[in-house]
Amino acid sequence: MATSTPTRGAHGSKPDRRAPKAISPGRQAWRSRLWRFDDKASPYAYIAPFFLVFGAFGLYPLIYTGWIALHKVEMTNLDQMEWVGWENFSTILQDSEFWTAVSNTFIIGVISTVPQLLVALGLAHLLNYKLRASTFWRTIILTPYATSVASAALVFALVFRVDGGLLNWLLSFVGLDGIDWASGHWTSKIAIAVIVIWRWTGYNALIYLAAMQAVPSDLYEAASIDGASRWQQFRNVTIPALRPTILFTIVISTIGSMQLFGEPLLLEGGANGAQGGSEHQYETLSIYLYNYGWNLLHLGPAAAVAWAMLALLLLIAAINWLVGRVTRKSAA
Amino acid sequence: MTTTHTVTAPDRRSVSKNDVPGAPARRNRFKQGAGRQHHAGPFAYIALAVVGFGSLFPLYWTLVAASRSQEEILDSTPPLIPGGNLFSNLEAAWEQAQLGKAIWNTLIVSASITAATLFFCTLAGYAFAKLRFKGRGALMTMVIATLTVPPQLSVVPLFMMMSDIGWGGQLESVIFPTLVSAFGVFFMRQYLLEALPYELIEAGKVDGANNLRIVWSIVLPVARPAMMVLGMLTFVQTWNDFFWPYLALNQDNPTLQVALGQLSASYVPDQSIVMAGALISTLPLLIVFVIFGKQIVGGIMSGAVKG
Repeated sequence: MATSTPTRGAHGSKPDRRAPKAISPGRQAWRSRLWRFDDKASPYAYIAPFFLVFGAFGLYPLIYTGWIALHKVEMTNLDQMEWVGWENFSTILQDSEFWTAVSNTFIIGVISTVPQLLVALGLAHLLNYKLRASTFWRTIILTPYATSVASAALVFALVFRVDGGLLNWLLSFVGLDGIDWASGHWTSKIAIAVIVIWRWTGYNALIYLAAMQAVPSDLYEAASIDGASRWQQFRNVTIPALRPTILFTIVISTIGSMQLFGEPLLLEGGANGAQGGSEHQYETLSIYLYNYGWNLLHLGPAAAVAWAMLALLLLIAAINWLVGRVTRKSAA
Repeated sequence: MTTTHTVTAPDRRSVSKNDVPGAPARRNRFKQGAGRQHHAGPFAYIALAVVGFGSLFPLYWTLVAASRSQEEILDSTPPLIPGGNLFSNLEAAWEQAQLGKAIWNTLIVSASITAATLFFCTLAGYAFAKLRFKGRGALMTMVIATLTVPPQLSVVPLFMMMSDIGWGGQLESVIFPTLVSAFGVFFMRQYLLEALPYELIEAGKVDGANNLRIVWSIVLPVARPAMMVLGMLTFVQTWNDFFWPYLALNQDNPTLQVALGQLSASYVPDQSIVMAGALISTLPLLIVFVIFGKQIVGGIMSGAVKG
């Protein structure tokens, strides 16, 4: 910072806005300098903790993951890193289990996200009516959000059991044979999707409800004057108004489904859980990463999996951006 | 993610409901959204009741299973009402999974993360909402972008770092990476944008308060309702966190969720004891939910992105 001695104010070539203050006693000049510094620096001081913590425990490890992925590192000896180049990447890319995990993650993501968001949309529409005890209903549908992945996965594991599972017991009433949910390729994915749907539908419904309440009612009045039915109003007024929110929930749910870990781990528990089923039928990418790093103790390939996940995430973001552009154009 | 975010303070709706009679009629027309003018028919109540039943039943059945024996819950006719084994199961879970230590650990982790999140996110949220500084827009975009980075991407080096620092298996390794949250910054910013008028800050300045003083005596009191909500959301989230704690902590020093995961994963477990553990880990949050459900619902709705 420039000095604020009176001489500078007198001889400085630039017009000095601080001239009046420079004349006043030195103490006041010091105070005003402090003021200005306070004003300039405080915002950065207030946001610094976020960026420091994120930098140290988020961004730095994220980049470092790429470096580890090019090395051989064993969980048993973390200090020793041996350069292996692209070997870890070629190992996982040639592993059919990796591709199983990619397709499982994708399939479970779709069959959990799509029904979840559709139901949430319908629920939000119901909650948006004039309801008795509306807070009660909202709280009830949000309750699963307060449950942990572990508790939810464990209670649903019992519901989906072959023998004495609640669901198979119910199926027996309609004369159906019990289903071995966890062993089947589709049924196990459906079971995991159900856990996800159970935990998150209410949460998404509340987000949609908030967005619906921001839609000006003029639009509905105009639509009903034009003779639009309630269904037409929902399709032509509500849905377009909610488009950004819907996109937002799709992004969030997609990222969430990339992370599925506790649900598959605990569906059967034990050794089967740790490798995503006896035939990897419900192994997700997170389970695959965990298995490489924390069961097989090879951290190099585990880091390579993390970067493969990053690549997938960027791919999804790109697709999402494209879809967003196309739908915006067709809407205009 | 770069949609425009309209601001909504949690108490906005209740304020507009008490509009002064003389206020312009135009504001009222924007007050209510889709379908609000229509009363819900019986179909709506039936549908809500079905969904509500689906939401609550697994929780109820956790209690049923936790209060029965393994044989009873795996019977070909599973029980639908609680039995008499609750306390013996709770005791067994308590011993097998060191739940006492796990509860203590979870409390330490959740409380310290919640306190830190509230402090740092309120400060950052205030700066982003009301202070002018170079790079504000770009930095806020970065904050929001970090929302999309899953923890999976950084767990491997994080694990190595923690063992380097000497935090391997320690609670610090779970606490420190979560001290701040992008959602928290965003949430506080949205709230303060609307709830904190510039006039208040100006008045503080005229009275000769420095920035820290303004934060302490003006921003914090205004932010208190939003901090309550953010605190509850953060607490619920950290209490339930599973992935990173499961990788970072070991059997001797688990959080509740980790202990629960180990209880079910380590050997052939007794399901009724596992469910007793699940009940212990869920019950505190359910109580929080029964008491503060309304605020949490309001918080999620106000944190929602409206574009």
